[in-house]
Amino acid sequence: MSRNIGAIIVDTERCKGCGLCVEACPKGILTLATKKVNKKGYPYAVQTDEQQKCNGCASCGIVCPDGCISVYRVKEE
Amino acid sequence: MKTLQDILQPQNLVYTKPTLMNDRPMHYCPGCSHGMVHKMVAEIIEEMNLTDHTIGICPVGCAVFAYNYLDIDWIEAAHGRAPACASAVSRMWPGHLVFTYQGDGDFACIGTGESIHAMNRGENITIIFINNAIYGMTGGQMAPTTLMGMKTSTCPYGRRADLHGFPLKMTEIAATLEGTCYVTRQSVHNVAAIQRAKKAIRKAFTNSLEKRGTSLVEIVSTCNAGWKLSPVEANRWMEQHMFPFYPLGDLKDTTEQQ
Repeated sequence: MSRNIGAIIVDTERCKGCGLCVEACPKGILTLATKKVNKKGYPYAVQTDEQQKCNGCASCGIVCPDGCISVYRVKEE
Repeated sequence: MKTLQDILQPQNLVYTKPTLMNDRPMHYCPGCSHGMVHKMVAEIIEEMNLTDHTIGICPVGCAVFAYNYLDIDWIEAAHGRAPACASAVSRMWPGHLVFTYQGDGDFACIGTGESIHAMNRGENITIIFINNAIYGMTGGQMAPTTLMGMKTSTCPYGRRADLHGFPLKMTEIAATLEGTCYVTRQSVHNVAAIQRAKKAIRKAFTNSLEKRGTSLVEIVSTCNAGWKLSPVEANRWMEQHMFPFYPLGDLKDTTEQQ
């Protein structure tokens, strides 16, 4: 069975750590960085996807107010 | 098993910031709805291939620096006068898409006269009205659209009818005017709502280009800094308190009949 696998790149310097992507992710694999901040002092969004749960649905990218998230998706046979 | 490097290839890119939106960091507070609407407008203009034929009119309010973020032509209007300015631009340049981007202070308070008369004349413009029920830029004062009982810095015990009057539903007023062709109320609190709002703005832009009259798209949005909530809590508060008073959906759509 084929399935989609996704991955994201977060523009960490642009991210303001609002947490809307964390809420929007249906797989619950996004978190805000702990004890790490960008140059402006915001804890940025990070994806912790060890089991490749991300299917590249782009919900995180769509809700991001600052457009910091780029979403990539491939089909695995 | 694909490795991360296999996935992160340019041909696999499915979503990114629209190219019309430049890299300048936006001044909005974290989680502000303005960012979503800016992005949406940029995406629609790009998809409709109107980059060189669009003129936006900036308001006074939080979105005053909108011209810094989207690489289209902009005019900065005096406070509340964006619809008057847009009327002039759309008459001078009939082939262009002209839209205003206004907040509740600009559209529903100081610019009520200009807004109502521009819509009543049926100018071929689109008005994007961001309603967050507060004056965000100046520090969270009461706006005409503030809900009853809602606490702001100028009504710290909650809005009272005897002292402050009642909230103004500008979109309902607009729906009664002859000049408007499409009046809708949308929100951007989740993915589905963002997609519906995007569709509404696209329809409004099409109406303006096809000269059907004024289109008004109200976006019920959050001001988490002004409401003193986190962005996620602000979205929940909006769903619980704003949506019952400002119900989402189309209020008027004459484009189907034409």
